This record gives sequence, structure tokens and C-alpha cells, in this order.
Amino acid sequence: MVKQRHNSQSGLPEIWRRLKKDKAAVISMFVLLAIILVAVLAPLIAPYGYEVQDKKHPMEGSSRAHLLGTDRLGRDILSRLLYGARYSLAMGFIATAISAVLGIILGSVAGYYGGRIDNLIMRFLDIYQGIPMILLTVTLAAVLGPSLRNAIIALGVGFVPGTARLMRASILTVREKEYIEAAKSVNARDAYNIIKHIIPNAIAPVIVSITMGIGNCIMAGAQLSFVGLGVQAPIPEWGAMISDARNYMRGNPTLALYPGICIMLTVLAFNLLGDGLRDAMDPRLKN
Amino acid sequence: MAPLLEVEHLKKYFRAGGDRQLHAVDDISFTLEAGKTLGVVGESGCGKTTLGRTIVHLIEPTEGTIRFEGEDISNPSKKDLRRLRENMQIIFQDPYSSLDPRMSVSQSIMEPLLLQGKLSKAECREETLKLMKVVGLAEDYENAYPHELDGGRRQRIVVARALALKPKFIVCDEPVSALDVSIQAQILNLMLDLQEERNIAYLFVTHDLSVVKYISDDIMVMYMGHMVEKAPSGLLFENPMHPYTQALLSAIPVPSIHNRKKRIIMQGEITSPINPKPGCRFAARCRYAAPDCAQAQQLEEVERGHFVSCCRCHEIKKAQAYQTN
Repeated sequence: MVKQRHNSQSGLPEIWRRLKKDKAAVISMFVLLAIILVAVLAPLIAPYGYEVQDKKHPMEGSSRAHLLGTDRLGRDILSRLLYGARYSLAMGFIATAISAVLGIILGSVAGYYGGRIDNLIMRFLDIYQGIPMILLTVTLAAVLGPSLRNAIIALGVGFVPGTARLMRASILTVREKEYIEAAKSVNARDAYNIIKHIIPNAIAPVIVSITMGIGNCIMAGAQLSFVGLGVQAPIPEWGAMISDARNYMRGNPTLALYPGICIMLTVLAFNLLGDGLRDAMDPRLKN
Repeated sequence: MAPLLEVEHLKKYFRAGGDRQLHAVDDISFTLEAGKTLGVVGESGCGKTTLGRTIVHLIEPTEGTIRFEGEDISNPSKKDLRRLRENMQIIFQDPYSSLDPRMSVSQSIMEPLLLQGKLSKAECREETLKLMKVVGLAEDYENAYPHELDGGRRQRIVVARALALKPKFIVCDEPVSALDVSIQAQILNLMLDLQEERNIAYLFVTHDLSVVKYISDDIMVMYMGHMVEKAPSGLLFENPMHPYTQALLSAIPVPSIHNRKKRIIMQGEITSPINPKPGCRFAARCRYAAPDCAQAQQLEEVERGHFVSCCRCHEIKKAQAYQTN
């Protein structure tokens, strides 16, 4: 073997260094940054308010006044898309955060302690997963009333079993590794073992799944809005916009196309970034 | 002076559902002097790994006493265990899975020192570099990750880690069986050198007879949790008494076309280690089995330091001598 210098580091700088090599992930990151920026700055860059109606020009194609045209109520599509980024991203991030926190806690507890606790948690999640998510959300929306907040809660809770299952499986494999025993044999305490060895080795797939989960949540949120259980008019969530446009699909397909492209781009970017992160976080795939 | 390690009637039973018990280690006794090596050989599943892990308390023993430097450590308190583990270390079989893939070489070696908390960070690093030198790892590898290194180098990291706390006793759980033969010798020589320098005692668990012959002072042969024979290394190879040991030794390949040995092929099935009957556990596969073998076997010292657990070993030996003459 050729003698070589090993200057590798660990931690975030190292992950960043390796992530930089993945072009798709870097591009995705810029796309996402742009979308987030747009969401934050929407009131500044949008030419109109999202509910402002140009009553003389409903359902028009692109023009100088309305770059992407107007919808049936004469609202500027571009402005609505820019504002829509706020609601779609909020849905994605908050719902994913809820599912990540609950899922990681439940999964870690089930995986680390095992036995009866594991059985209890996992069987509960099994039953829970047996109920179709859309039904669950319908029920929740019926009880709490359809709104952005309730859609987020429904989505967040809906994605818990997936995260929990992944975390548990990941912890189970790591827990049995010899290096955990090796650490015990040099007097490592349980807490040290969990924080220093088990979680760092178990978390990578979960982080990846969370990143991709944001995309999924946006998608599921769009679905909810599409069936009228999520964001309510006149708030311009992308899924709700497609839902609005579905009656005019034949006459004016761009109405559904633009928000569709937005959703696709965002979800794709999250997925590619997640892919890149998975590779970057695994030291075995280095260089 | 008391020997470094004394193990008496050590038993480890695992529950195997209901009142079924798997007798992994059953009534093992031995002593180990400082700076000596006891080799433990036997086939897969005979309990040799469990024995090693029980002694360093990665598994709690079911019964029996373990004394370390005269002190009873069968049921140590948490505090005692922490102190003990600085004196007893374990080297695992597979250097691919016994190193945290997310820790660099120096982090892995440093971990025991940091956990011990006696040295400052800078001192730990210095000590780590020293240890790397001792086990023959170039300083360049300090920041490398285990997956970047070959099996031999990884095992050197594991050895350095085990040495970090300056233990007096190391359980080596098949430390070379995952390595290439050429690298096995390097690691074995390293371990022998370290033993000489630091007066470390090894409990060397392996299924490889040529390795055990090379490294051990005493050899213990295990069969299904029982110790069937124990003797000084040379004596065991010269004069194996137990039929199982004889069969085992006959399986060593001889690198010569002229000196053909007759290999003893064992017949029959391995009996289950779950709730075993009293008596010799090898009887079901033994060519010399007799009704007496169903009774509990006593350990007999046939010559100085040579213990055999077979009621028929003298008869067998005589018959064999008659055959060859």
C-alpha cells in the first residue's frame, strides 16, 4: 500500500467538503436557498398581493402586466406562486420537524431498550400505519376544521411511523456492533455510548429520510389542499392552486402547470440533496 | 503469590426459552500466571468466546468465582468494575466491526484514555502517538479512518486501544482469524513482543491450532462448554489423551507429501447444548464411547500439568500404543 497523508477531518466541515463534490446536491441546495429566499421576500418581490384581483383580465395568458397570466378571479399567478412558496415550505418544514422529533424519540426508545417497550411502541405504530393517512387527515380536519395549521399537524403526525421505524432499525443494527461492546470494555457509560457511538452511527439514514421527507410533506400537503382539506382560499398554497386550476385544465393548462412545476422542482431538490447528504455522511464512501 | 487470574467452576447458562438452558460454559476452572498465555481451542459454538467475555464481564457469569490478583471479582460493584477494566482488556475477532467507522485512528486509540480521565487532552494525544509507534502504525495514519486501512493495520489499532490503559491481562477473541495468513504472523509476533515487554497475560481464544501452538504456554481444549483437556502446549501436541483432542489434532494439515497422517474422521451428531445430560458430551461422536461415559466425568491429572476429562483415556492410550507397535 502506498503511504499517503491522511488529512481527513470529521464532523460538519468534512461532510460539507464531500457534499460539495456532488453537483446535483449543490445545485439542489442553491435551488432550495432560492426558494426559501423567495418565500421570505415574497411581499417585496411579488408584483401584486396574492389576493389582489384584476377583474378586467381574468384567465389571461402571460402579458406585460401579468408575467405568468391570471387565474379565474384575475389574480396574478406569479405573485401567488411566490407567496405560495411560504405556505408550501412551511408545511414541509414544520410537519417534517414534528414527525422527526416524535419519530426519533419513539424509534430510539424502542430500539435501545427493546423488549416489551419496543413491542408496545411498534405495535401501536403498526395499528396507526394501518389507517390510511388521507382518512386520518380527513378525520382530523373534520374534528379541528380544515386549516393550514391542522393540515400541518395531520401531516406531521402522519409521517411519525416511518421515521420511528427507520430510527429503530438503524439503532438496532448499531447497538449490536462490536465497537459498542469495545467501548463498554473501556468503561464507557450508557449515555456516552448512546451519544458518542450509537446516535452518530445510526442517524445518517434518518437525516437523509428527513430531508426527503420535507419533499414528501410538501407533496402530501399539496394533496390535502387539492382535496380541500388543507390550506383554504384565498391562501395560495401550490397544491390548492392546482386544485383551483383543475376545472380549467383543458382551456388553460398553464394554470395547473406552473404550481405543478414549483412542487416538482422543490421536491426534486430536496430528494437530490438528501441523496447527496447520505453519501457525504458516510465515511466509507469517501473520495 | 496468587496467580494473576483464577477461574473456578465458572458457568454461563443462557436461557433458551421456557426452562430450557443453553450451557455455553459449563464448569470451567483454570489459573493463569502473569505474563503467560493460555490458549483456548475448540470448534465453533463450544463456548470459548463466551468464556472470554464472561471473564471480562461483558457477560455476567451464572455461577462460579473469578479471582484477579487474589481478589474475588465474580460480582463486582460498578466502581470495582471500572477499576478492573483498566487491568483487563479484550481484543475482538473482527477489526472491521470492533472499530467505530466514524472515529479516526487516533480518536479510537485515545478513547480509553479520555474515558479514564487521568490525562489532559494533550497528554492523551502524546500517549496515542506513542501507542501507535508501539504497535507499528505510522504517524501518518493518525487521522485516517478504519475503512481506509487493511485488516492488519486495523487490528493494530485494536491492539493499541487495548494497550492504552496498560492492562495486565488481555482476552484475545480470535484476534487473527479475520486476517490474511501473512498478516496473522505479524500480529501474533507483535502480541508476543508486547507480552515480553509488558508482562501481559493472554487468554487466547482461537480455533486455529497452529496459531495456538505458536503463541500459548498452556492450551485448554473445550468441547460444548466443557474443558476436555488442558496441558502445557508441547505436551498437548505430543501426547493428546482425550479422543476429541486427538481428532482435533489429526485435522491439522501437514505440509508434506511423504509424512501422511491418518486423519480421524468423527462420526455422529453433535448433541444439543440445551439442557445436556450429565456425562461426557463428546460420547455421541466418540469412537471409544462406553456405558461409563454417560456418567459425569472427573478431571484427572495424568501427568504434571496435564488434565484430561475422560474416564477411558488410559485404556485408549494403551490400545493405541498396542496398535502402532
